[in-house]
Amino acid sequence: MSAILQPLIENGRLWRGQGTAPRRDALPTGFDALDGVLPGGGWPQAALSEILFPADGVGEMRLLLPALATLGREGCPVVLVAPPYLPFPAAWIAAGVDLRFLQIVQTGEHDAMWAAEQCLRSAACAAVLCWPRQADTATLRRLQLAAETGQTIGFLLRPTATAAQASMAAVRIGIETGPARLRVLKCRGGNPPAQAIAFAALAA
Amino acid sequence: MQWACISFPQLALDDVLRQRSDGAAPLVLFEGTGSRARLCAANTAAQHHGLHFGQSLTAARALYPRVHAVEHGPAAVERCHDFLAAWAYRYSSQVCRTFPQTLLLEVRASFRLFGGWPALQAELRRELAALGFEHRIAAAPHPHAAMVLAGARDGCAIEDAAHLLDALGTLPVGRSGLDVSCVESLQRMGLRRLRQLFVLPRAELGKRIGAQALLHLDRLRGAATHALDFYQPPDVFDQRVELPFNTSSHESLLFPLRRLLRDFSAFLAGRDGGAQRFTLAFEHERGAPTEIRIGLLAPERDPELLFAIARARLERTRLREPVCGLRLVSDELPPFTPARRDLFDTRPQQAVTWEALRERLRARLGEQAVHGLALHPDHRPECAWRTRAESSRDTSTSRDANVPPSLPPRPTWLLTRPILLRERVERILAGPERIESGWWDGADMRRDYYVIETASHQRAWAFRPADDDGPFMLQGWFA
Repeated sequence: MSAILQPLIENGRLWRGQGTAPRRDALPTGFDALDGVLPGGGWPQAALSEILFPADGVGEMRLLLPALATLGREGCPVVLVAPPYLPFPAAWIAAGVDLRFLQIVQTGEHDAMWAAEQCLRSAACAAVLCWPRQADTATLRRLQLAAETGQTIGFLLRPTATAAQASMAAVRIGIETGPARLRVLKCRGGNPPAQAIAFAALAA
Repeated sequence: MQWACISFPQLALDDVLRQRSDGAAPLVLFEGTGSRARLCAANTAAQHHGLHFGQSLTAARALYPRVHAVEHGPAAVERCHDFLAAWAYRYSSQVCRTFPQTLLLEVRASFRLFGGWPALQAELRRELAALGFEHRIAAAPHPHAAMVLAGARDGCAIEDAAHLLDALGTLPVGRSGLDVSCVESLQRMGLRRLRQLFVLPRAELGKRIGAQALLHLDRLRGAATHALDFYQPPDVFDQRVELPFNTSSHESLLFPLRRLLRDFSAFLAGRDGGAQRFTLAFEHERGAPTEIRIGLLAPERDPELLFAIARARLERTRLREPVCGLRLVSDELPPFTPARRDLFDTRPQQAVTWEALRERLRARLGEQAVHGLALHPDHRPECAWRTRAESSRDTSTSRDANVPPSLPPRPTWLLTRPILLRERVERILAGPERIESGWWDGADMRRDYYVIETASHQRAWAFRPADDDGPFMLQGWFA
């Protein structure tokens, strides 16, 4: 039995109610409290991670920048697909991101999903960030499949209002404000913790 | 020296056939107009219906009314010959295209690179078959001998002079490249094989057949040399395809487009270059052609990549009239540097390079759609950044200049045009920070910047003009 089940348990497709899942190769988030909760010990590789945030400027990028700073190298950039605003170079450099390996794709909502899928599928990017506002489940599923085929990390940044929508993302984290907390809504390969994680210290 | 001769027995016909997707349909070429139009070539399917060289077009149409007849253009054949010379330049630096329907290549110097004549010949044949040209190939120590052998014995290769005389000797006089009247008189004298000519005393033979024919025989044997004009590849690629029918459907343009780009790629490989910029012109019966200008960030020559880009651009273009011809022009042909790949590349199978991905995105989203970002040393937030469009292959230059550490923190997101801060201000976390700069370039500003927490716990970077109590203007988010 275990010969069949072991691979499934290892790659997180199957998980048990009790006990800790084996640590897999994941990208550390840079926040110990969050790493401790996520089954792989960080953002899952070759999958989508979803950040749900209520409004601009509540720390959605501060959550991602420590991880992004460790990515990006020649011929394998971090790609922002249709970001809502322009990244302020001074702040990104201060966060440790190497701007040489940051690429921005400027496009409209419809083409953005196509561009994000191309980037994820191509395996030419270290990570892909996109901001789908009204993506349907089929589109999200395509993105998840593209991330798996291309072995690329994808981050979806979406409004909290979409939390009720079904999602294929491997990890879903909601940002709550006042007090600032992170709530893990879903994490493939483990039970989401019942308690929210304090985000206030990180926001300083 | 070792000369390879490639002869193209039906160059004009191949030139037309390879541009059509229905190559097996009966097709004839004709020259002349009206009732004087005569066939000058017919493909196998047309010959099957009884059409042949020299027939009048009227007769051909009577025999088989559905035959496709295309006017034979000597200029088109010349262009095709030029293209083949450019292609052959990849295999030898000495390419001669002086003789009609024939290319001569000095190949001995290329043996080491291509692994000897059998391998080189196989490569030539494979490439020509892919390009869609009927061909005959022979090799000999002298150019004229190679030409005669290519006409008589396809695939024949002779290395040394003794074997060459034997091989030439067995050829009938009629296949030796001598002119018709000379061949006739020789045959009347009972001389049927070249061997018989070679043993005759040279001076007496010369009196009978003339100096010109004697010179030709000397050149065959290598006793006289012929100064050949060598081909110089042009710095411009300009090729045109005439469509067999007028069409405004994108689908039916893809086949000629792919053919054109494959030729382009072969040409680029021949000069070890890439294309950075090229223009596709879709010609209409009336009016100016619809042009698509394609610019790439780095030189490329992979036919599939070029096709994918051109196709994406074509699909977004509206053709206002049916297209009757297609033309590709490129005069910017920089040297090509292949992308570096790891020997132990562990990336997935379908992986493409970032360069290829970027071109694909730009083809669909527009030339300016993909860019990098760089810090610009300026205190004004609107001027503190620059887009960076250059190829990421060149980014090995120094890392960005560091931010002056004394500055207060800057927001992650920047609004390039400030807007009115609509959210209710809960409290001011930091500020004011006065930014006053730009008196020298007309974009003068005096602003007091604040870090603000709004009622919904967002963190904003907003300003007020100095000495003003007006509303806050939003400049960025501490996201």
